[in-house]
Amino acid sequence: MPEDARHSDRTGEFESRTECLENIRLFVSHEAAAFGFDAEDIGKIVLAVDEACTNIIKHAYRNRPDGRIHVRVSSEENRGRKGFVVTILDTGLPFDAAHYRPPRRLDYIRKPRRGGLGIILMKKLMDEVEYSAAPGAPNEIRLVKYLRTHAQAHRS
Amino acid sequence: MSDFTVGIRHIDTVTVLDLKGQLDAHTAPDLEQVIADNIGKQRYRLVVNFRDLSYISSAGLGVFMQFIEDVRKHGGDIKLTNMSPRVYDIFDLLGFPMLYEIFPEESHAVERFRTTPPPADMTDRTH
Repeated sequence: MPEDARHSDRTGEFESRTECLENIRLFVSHEAAAFGFDAEDIGKIVLAVDEACTNIIKHAYRNRPDGRIHVRVSSEENRGRKGFVVTILDTGLPFDAAHYRPPRRLDYIRKPRRGGLGIILMKKLMDEVEYSAAPGAPNEIRLVKYLRTHAQAHRS
Repeated sequence: MSDFTVGIRHIDTVTVLDLKGQLDAHTAPDLEQVIADNIGKQRYRLVVNFRDLSYISSAGLGVFMQFIEDVRKHGGDIKLTNMSPRVYDIFDLLGFPMLYEIFPEESHAVERFRTTPPPADMTDRTH
């Protein structure tokens, strides 16, 4: 990681309680605004992070309130695009992304699976979503959203 | 702490739920309880007004999924109204407009219930 990128990192540490979701949203919203996103993209990033943290609280920590969630924001350059990176770390049960099968959209009404909606949303709202888990290391979710250029913003 | 409240009004045979604040995994159980209470009182014609709702996550959407089959089985429905564009976009991303009737105005949703009369055994259970 380049030295200047490391200096720009910000990390918030939160307890694994749903009461903390609002503070997590405030933290990410502030950082995304400072990065230069418009209100629409800030809303998408905030929701994706909320979904990730909700799944951590419910599934990784199984609603145990004594876990910790670290939310780190940083930036990266990728093919000339400026990316806002949110890395979320927890030490709960790992999520097996490789074997997860999301529900088909219109199966919701017949077979409600509430956790599955969050994963679908994260993938729709962000440009990149990656999970990683290794023995002895925290579980990591990496969410990336690229800043749109003026031309892209005008087209959308 | 998220501020979230649910107001309850009755218009004829229709129960209107006014959502206010932020609906996330922390506050979704409050809405769940209100809807469960209404279903327990055999009120199956529900209109949910989103005018004062500033935020929703999938935990909030999940509440509607949880009850929709039950209310429809009893001849009712959950109709959604007055969403801000940002809240509507979240429903739209997940294909909810194909599953739920979403109206710009509450009066349209109430009117839709009026034009589809409830089963005879529901008509005396307005309050």
